[in-house]
Parts: sequence; structure tokens; C-alpha cells
Amino acid sequence: MPAAPDFGKELERLEAIVRQLETPDIDLDQALKLFEEGVERLRAARDRLGAAQAKVKQVLADHAGTLKVDDLDG
Amino acid sequence: MFGALAPDGAWSVSAVNRRAKAAVEGTLEPMWVEGDMTGLKDFGGNLYFSLRDSQAQIRCVMFRDDARRLPATPTEGMKVYAFGRATIYEKRGEFQLNVAKMMSTEAGGLFRIAFEKARAALAKDGVFDRPRKPLPRYPRWIAVVTSVDGAALRDIMAVAGARWPVAQIAVIDTRVQGDGAVDEVVRALQTITKLTKVDVAIVGRGGGSKEDLQVFNEERVARAVAAVPVPVISAVGHEIDVTLCDLVADHRAATPSAAAEMATPDRDEVMSDLGHLGVRLAQGLAGRVQRMEERVGRTGDRLVSAVERRLEVVSYQLSVASGRLDALSPLGTLARGFAVPRDGTGRVLRRAADFYPGDPFVLRVVDGSVNARVEKN
Repeated sequence: MPAAPDFGKELERLEAIVRQLETPDIDLDQALKLFEEGVERLRAARDRLGAAQAKVKQVLADHAGTLKVDDLDG
Repeated sequence: MFGALAPDGAWSVSAVNRRAKAAVEGTLEPMWVEGDMTGLKDFGGNLYFSLRDSQAQIRCVMFRDDARRLPATPTEGMKVYAFGRATIYEKRGEFQLNVAKMMSTEAGGLFRIAFEKARAALAKDGVFDRPRKPLPRYPRWIAVVTSVDGAALRDIMAVAGARWPVAQIAVIDTRVQGDGAVDEVVRALQTITKLTKVDVAIVGRGGGSKEDLQVFNEERVARAVAAVPVPVISAVGHEIDVTLCDLVADHRAATPSAAAEMATPDRDEVMSDLGHLGVRLAQGLAGRVQRMEERVGRTGDRLVSAVERRLEVVSYQLSVASGRLDALSPLGTLARGFAVPRDGTGRVLRRAADFYPGDPFVLRVVDGSVNARVEKN
């Protein structure tokens, strides 16, 4: 089964970046780095969310009981 | 037919019984009989009993292949309807009813008995007491245990696909009624354990009659649901009857569509959350840069020229990054003075017809939210 993006982790990381950026005495370089990372992650997340296309697979077991995942016909 | 009118033409006992059997079976069509269950005995799965009313009784047998289809064994004294064929048991010359189907005359009948028995067994093992697993907020793989030909799967695909196309759906095909369905559903539920990427499962079917839902009232199915390692939503499409599967599952939905909705976040809402994070990101950095500018302005020291140069670089980077951030619609749109109205559930109100006089709504603007209400006409 192919991996799908983990939005939970992605949003957690973004949340953490924003919180760090909101601390008053954060180092300027650090703030910039976090900002850049945040913008990049936001863009990637929005791209993925916008382009996502649901896929439906059928789980099949062969006679030996080994599972495989096939595209669902129709 | 002819009788043996003299002793020298006497029939054998076997011949009499054989003829009597043929006569009974040829005369009495298969029929439904109503009576009280009495003297019930189980020999190797074959049920022997009598049905009686206030005046008479009839011996009955229900053979194993038919008896195992009963949801529960009837109890002594129970009023039942039995469907069968009257015959003569040749060996003993006994008149009897060969029963093929049986049900209780009471509402729910044998199904109710089976349900309560299974529920008691599950309760005794604490199956209902285990903590319910919370649903993942952003599922990646949704396992669906149902028939690939059923309406349930189509509904789940439509709803999950529209709301959260990020998630992939893994269908484990199974019959949901009829012979062998219980084994198949149990096996399908066990298969989920091997699909390590799955983070939520839906098990169910579209609506059906009480008999059609029987599979989801089976103790074995209920135990298999409880053993699934990820949260399970039971979606056995029936508003009135609660199945054992519903009672054991981590969550219950009235329909497969409702289950799909429960299992997924709404893409538009997550987009809007991302937009909100973008705003905070920009404000966070802007605040930091502003404090830096204030400090440089205060000291007016030539020594800070290095910092000033650094700040110029930062300002440039910010403008570049902000340009990219603006592309993160709807932030740019909001910054230009547009606002996004949503109702209490977070749904975006797009048209005038979405606003009812007196209704509250929330206005999302560039730097926060404003609670608002539609004026009366």
C-alpha cells in the first residue's frame, strides 16, 4: 500500500513553527529560518490538498493467504 | 387402492406404513402450523419436539441442516410457527411433521433470544467495557468491510472522496448476508490487522430487513470488531435496530454515508486552517522584525549599521516570502478587504440564500474572526 501524506504530523509541525515564531525573544536568524520552513510547508500542504484524488483499492488474498492491493475495477 | 379383505391377502407392516406415508404426503401440502413447543430434545443437531394446542399434539422433527439456520434454539413452551411437510415415519409408523423453517410468534422472536444471549456472553467478557478508540483527525487509509457490489461502498466512496480525497480507501469485499457471510465478515475484519497503514475502518451495509442484519448481530462478528486494532465505525444501515456490531464498535453511524463523514475532515476546512496558520506565520515574523527596527531607531548608533544591513536583507527576504505567502489564497483575498462568512458548523456561506434573518454567523477577516448576525428583513 502506498504511503499517503500525514496531514496530522504536517499540521502539528506548522503549529509548532508558528508558536516558536510567536515567542517574543526569538533569534532573528532562527525566526527567518522558521518562517521560510513554514511558508514552504504551507505551500506543499496546500498543493497536496488541492491535487489530492481519492483512490479506491481492493484488498485481495491469494490462495496462500498473501494479501495484495489492486485497483478496484469500475 | 385396495384393501386386504382376507387373512391370506394380509399386508406386511412395512407395506402399510409405506402406503400410509404416500397417502399422507400425497394429500397434505406443506403448511405453516402454529403451536406450543414441548418436549424439545437435541440429538446431534437434529431437533425433536411436539407442537400442541389445547386439544391435540403432533410430533415434529427438524433436521440439522435446517435447524442450524435458526438464529437461536426455541425454548420449551414457546409459541411458534413451523413450516413443514406432514409424513409418516415408516420405521415406527408415527405421524409427524418434518419442519424446515420455524419462528417465534412474538415480535423479534428467535432473533431477540439470540441477540440477548450473545449480548450477555459479550458483556460477561467485558467486550462492551473496553475503551473506545478515538478517530484519527486526518486519516490516510480507510479500510471498508462491505460488499463491493453494495450501495454502502458507493456512498462511502462518494462522501469520503469529496470531503477528504487525501485518504485512500481499501475495500475488503465480503458478503453481508446469507450462508457463509459471518465467516467472510470475520475474516475481512481480521485482515485489517495485517493492513498496517490503515488508520480507521468502516464495517457495514446499506439498509435491510431484520433478517438481513442478522450477520451484524452474530457474537463472532462482534468479537472480531472488538479485536480490530484501529478505530471501527459500524454503519449497519438501520435507524431503529441497534446491532451488536453497533454496540461493540468504537463509533456508530446511522448510514454508510454518515460513517464516511465521521471518518474524514472536510478539505475546505483544512485549507482554511492552513490559511489561518499562514496569517500567524506572517504576523509572527513581522512582529519580530518590528521589534528589531524599534531597537535600531532608538540607539541611532553607527555601530548598529551591521544590524541595519542585516535588516535590509531580512526585509527583502520577507517581501519575497510574503509574496509567496500571498499566493496562499485566501490570505491575499482577505488582505484586500474581503471576508469569508461561515455558519456555526464551519460551512462557507456563499449565496444570499444561505443567510436567514436572525441567524448568527462568523466572519473570517485577515487577522481574526468576528461574530455576526443576519439582520431581520
